[in-house]
Amino acid sequence: MLVISLLMLAIAIVCSIAFGVTDIPISSVWESFTHYNMSTEHLIIRTTRVPRALIAASVGACLAVAGAVMQVMTRNPIASPSTLGVNSGATFFIVMSTSLLGISGMGAFTWVALIGAAVSGGIVFTLGSIGRDGMTPVKITLAGASMTAFFASLTQGLMLTDGKMFDQVLVWLVGSVAGRDMAQLQTVWPYMAVGMLIALLLARHLNVLAMGDDVAQGLGQRTAHIKLFAAIATILLAGASVAVAGPIAFVGIIIPHIVRYLVGNDYRWILPYSAVLGALILVAADLGSRYIAMPKEVPVGVMTAIIGVPFFVYIARKGRRT
Amino acid sequence: MSKYRSLRSANSKFSILIEKRTLWVTLILFILCIVVMLISTGIGSLYISPLGVIKAIFGRGEPMEQVVVEKLRLPRIVIATLIGASLAVAGAILQGVIRNPLASPDVTGITEGASLGAVLFMFIFGGTVSIHWMPLAAIGGALLMAALLYILSWKHGVEPLRLILVGIGLSAAVKAISYMFIISGPLILAQRSLVFMSGSIYGTSWDKDVLTLLPWVAILLPITWLQARNVNIQALGDDVASGAGASVQKQRLFLIFLSVALAGSAVAIGGAIAFIGLMAPHMARKLVGSSFGSVLPVSALLGALILLVADLAARTVFLPRDVPAGVLTAAIGAPFFIYLLYRNRNRY
Repeated sequence: MLVISLLMLAIAIVCSIAFGVTDIPISSVWESFTHYNMSTEHLIIRTTRVPRALIAASVGACLAVAGAVMQVMTRNPIASPSTLGVNSGATFFIVMSTSLLGISGMGAFTWVALIGAAVSGGIVFTLGSIGRDGMTPVKITLAGASMTAFFASLTQGLMLTDGKMFDQVLVWLVGSVAGRDMAQLQTVWPYMAVGMLIALLLARHLNVLAMGDDVAQGLGQRTAHIKLFAAIATILLAGASVAVAGPIAFVGIIIPHIVRYLVGNDYRWILPYSAVLGALILVAADLGSRYIAMPKEVPVGVMTAIIGVPFFVYIARKGRRT
Repeated sequence: MSKYRSLRSANSKFSILIEKRTLWVTLILFILCIVVMLISTGIGSLYISPLGVIKAIFGRGEPMEQVVVEKLRLPRIVIATLIGASLAVAGAILQGVIRNPLASPDVTGITEGASLGAVLFMFIFGGTVSIHWMPLAAIGGALLMAALLYILSWKHGVEPLRLILVGIGLSAAVKAISYMFIISGPLILAQRSLVFMSGSIYGTSWDKDVLTLLPWVAILLPITWLQARNVNIQALGDDVASGAGASVQKQRLFLIFLSVALAGSAVAIGGAIAFIGLMAPHMARKLVGSSFGSVLPVSALLGALILLVADLAARTVFLPRDVPAGVLTAAIGAPFFIYLLYRNRNRY
């Protein structure tokens, strides 16, 4: 089944490269790599379409894995980088550093985004775990929602008062994978890769953790260590994604649920499947976003939110059995 | 001498318990509001002394000050008061009816629905239909959102927690749709809508804003006050309330409608100013207890006060920038929400 999903991902990427405002025949997609001839088509493919598809794929994969890890850690079915405020924290830090400190450049952005993700994630986790019952789904969701509101309104305030920022506003409001180049992806790639590696290495321990803190400790797991590493992984994955694509919502919620439905509860399988399906859905959503308001493009973040919310509502209705 | 006085109409359709303490608190807050209004009117790029402001209001000020106060500052101050009051009351009703301290028009996504209604109005009818109809669009959006929220969280009755979770999800969707319109529209509308979505009362005028909002507030606030006994009984819980002879569902629907209408009309003018509906009722309950007859006036005044101060800070502290007031209320409000969450940490 993993092979089928990989195949679908490959097809989606090829489609994403070929279709858009200008449709390009598949044959010339191939030619642009084998016989590059500086034609407009080849230029479009090399400079915009390919980076865009690859960014969508890697961001989708990262967010989905981050969501899956967070859902185990918090034992909350609606945890994800976007609902728990990690994305909006990273976004706010980027906007703040550009507007107030004049920082620019992808490398710096990545670090700032990672710090933002860590700060906001830390606050939400702390708030979510205070109280007698420890970390409950409702508390952590509410904490996440309020931190999201907090950071989002600060971000909007900064953007509205700083005229220079306004043309970049949209990226930092909803997240988009359009208009990026390869260099940006290359800068964040190492962080994504490290995050992904940590997550995959943790998979075995996450299986144990999923049974509950008490059971995990009883089985001899050092839960604090595992949670710390899991937190590092999510922050790397989410922060790097935000640095390159802005806050894209709901991929982190939907995918892990679909995957659990497909492959069961073994995180050694859930994580790789999440990565592949996350990449698939974001590439597909990005492809769809080009057709909704032709010839203009809707940012992919809007697409994922519209797809994701019915799902979110479904999970929120179903939940509460815990 | 009794601590209470009760106001009751002959057929008991209307009855309110008034605590002496409430009267004092209301009076003090009222005076505080007036003082802040006077000071706030005076502060800006042209400083006018409070006395000068009073003179200008009664039409005897110096010509220059007269124009600034009358045309520029006063409408903004009045609108801040009205919006603050309506949002606070809308929140107070919701908290009473949903029986959850964390409920408010913004947390449940009703404000987002209203701002989507208003954004759609701007994009579809921009300029062709009088702006006086915008509250209707916003209220429509808010009502639709409230209805959707209620239906989607209905599962053998509406459970407050599910309501909030569904609200969080819905508001994300609505926000995304608003962004979609903002992005696909012309840039000038985009900037206007974005300011609107973060909530700002910049550049208000008598004719366009105050006269549009005033009728709604003037009608809805008294109606709400007359409903005070029904809110009180709702707060007891469904079983007790129906045992006491209230037709719970009907009243709840009407009360939610009132709350949504208040929030919607406020959002139509001021945009999605966040967290006032959450903060003001809590402070009010701290001050005067939980009887809705007292909570309503006190939270209305507190809401007005919060927005007045936030707007004053928004337009003076960051000079020459004019930050949307909603950013400031969110900056105060989110920590407050966290504090509430902390206070209720053992409840969820």
